[in-house]
Amino acid sequence: MRPLAQSEAAMTITAPLLVGVAMVLVWEIACRVFHVPVFLFPKPSDIGLTLASEWPSLLRALGMTLRIAFQAFATAVVIGTLIAFVFVQSRAIERSFFPYAVLLQVTPIVAIAPLIIILVKNTQVALTLCATVVALFPIISNTTLGLRSVDPGLASLFRMNRAGRLQTLWRLRIPSALPYFFGGLRISSGLALIGAVVAEFVAGTGGRSSGLAYEILQAGFALDIPRMFAAMLLITLAGVSWFTLMVGLSKLALGGWHESEAGAES
Amino acid sequence: MLARTKSSQIDKSGPVESAPPVLEILSAEKCFADGTRALAPIDLTVAAGEFVTLIGPSGCGKSTLLKLIANLLEPTDGRILWWRAGHDKLGSPGRRIAFVFQDPTLMPWAHVEANIRLPLDLAGVSKQESRQRVAEALSRVGLQGFERHYPRQLSGGMRMRVSIARGLVTEPNLILMDEPFGALDEITRNRLDADLLGLWWERKLTALFVTHSIYEAVFLSTRVVVISARPGRIFNVMTIDELQPRDAGFRDSARFAAYCRQLSAWLAEASLPQRAP
Repeated sequence: MRPLAQSEAAMTITAPLLVGVAMVLVWEIACRVFHVPVFLFPKPSDIGLTLASEWPSLLRALGMTLRIAFQAFATAVVIGTLIAFVFVQSRAIERSFFPYAVLLQVTPIVAIAPLIIILVKNTQVALTLCATVVALFPIISNTTLGLRSVDPGLASLFRMNRAGRLQTLWRLRIPSALPYFFGGLRISSGLALIGAVVAEFVAGTGGRSSGLAYEILQAGFALDIPRMFAAMLLITLAGVSWFTLMVGLSKLALGGWHESEAGAES
Repeated sequence: MLARTKSSQIDKSGPVESAPPVLEILSAEKCFADGTRALAPIDLTVAAGEFVTLIGPSGCGKSTLLKLIANLLEPTDGRILWWRAGHDKLGSPGRRIAFVFQDPTLMPWAHVEANIRLPLDLAGVSKQESRQRVAEALSRVGLQGFERHYPRQLSGGMRMRVSIARGLVTEPNLILMDEPFGALDEITRNRLDADLLGLWWERKLTALFVTHSIYEAVFLSTRVVVISARPGRIFNVMTIDELQPRDAGFRDSARFAAYCRQLSAWLAEASLPQRAP
């Protein structure tokens, strides 16, 4: 069975890679054949050239965006987990406050961002706040669900063995919540990046410069379309690598025991 | 009616052996908040070293009774008295019960050894002692070499063995088992029954077992308590006075068939809908 598994693993990497290469080739050829002007739709080679020549400034912008996204993500994880712990303490607390968590989730960030950016003087802090608002909800809702999803049989077992509140939390509730928590992390990591970029856009239109979104905005004004594409490519790559990192982390934590991560052996 | 009077006589006289009781259930009853009367007042004494099986139609309150004993539910009325081991004195502290559930109920994130060690960890037993006791429990259920396996890597029968080992590790005064092998195939079930009986005999355990299977009840028990439904009450009691340890030969004997026949008849009668008095 091993060779099959190996070839399958290779397939998951090579197959999408081949599709990607083919699409880029078609794109390049189509642009050349139909003589599409660079300022309308650049060829992949144009984008590559731009990346090669302007990478220091683009990479610096990417670094700024990623820093905001990461700060927002970390804040969301800490605050979201704390809120979830408070929620599971009593149904009354959860019922009273959960609607407001939902409110946070359903209000579009583009609508709140200008307000936050006006209210908070420091641009970095304002942007981080915006991205945190976006990234917070999945952590709260998933972790709350997880902390509540305790096998009732195991709960009885703990009760019969006279387990304390802390023992039950540490040995039963937290491990039971982990799969849900990691699910929340995956969603939240993507949202933090999106939130950061959106917030930067809003701040950028107000003239407060920062990050990759601002680069895209500026390139748009200057009709430097290849640069727009290059910035977009960097955001996408960053998002994909971050997501992959989260998947890896969850595999590391749950790989041994949870169905979602465990391989098909045995 | 005759059967009912007979059962109450047997209850009052208590177990046949003169062993001290572990547990006395004194007209314990249970009504749920929605008005369901799960258990009519029940009297039952379990003596040290007995293997008592509760059998009855679905919904007759067998599991409720087990939960009352395990203190997972409070009786609406009546009492459950524990006898302290070694002294013929009543008292609730010092009782150690193990509960083996219908499902293995293992922590999926913990390997076999940690799962078995759980009751000791919760009780704060020292590392060295608990390691020794876990190793012993593992070898008793025949799972040496599987310490580092996760539950999902084990078969259904092996998971149940882990669950039993976790029950044994505290050396309980009483082990409660709620249809532990109900979900297993018959071959695995018979093997686990035989192993359980061996363990019970070897370790001088006291067991209270719930099952749906007449054959399992007869094979394992020293006493079988037939419970009728709605509300649950003791319908009749059968003492199975057979040589121990029993082996597979007992299953093929004419006496085994006779016990089964009688139990089956009682069970059919107990399952009839009860007329209002």
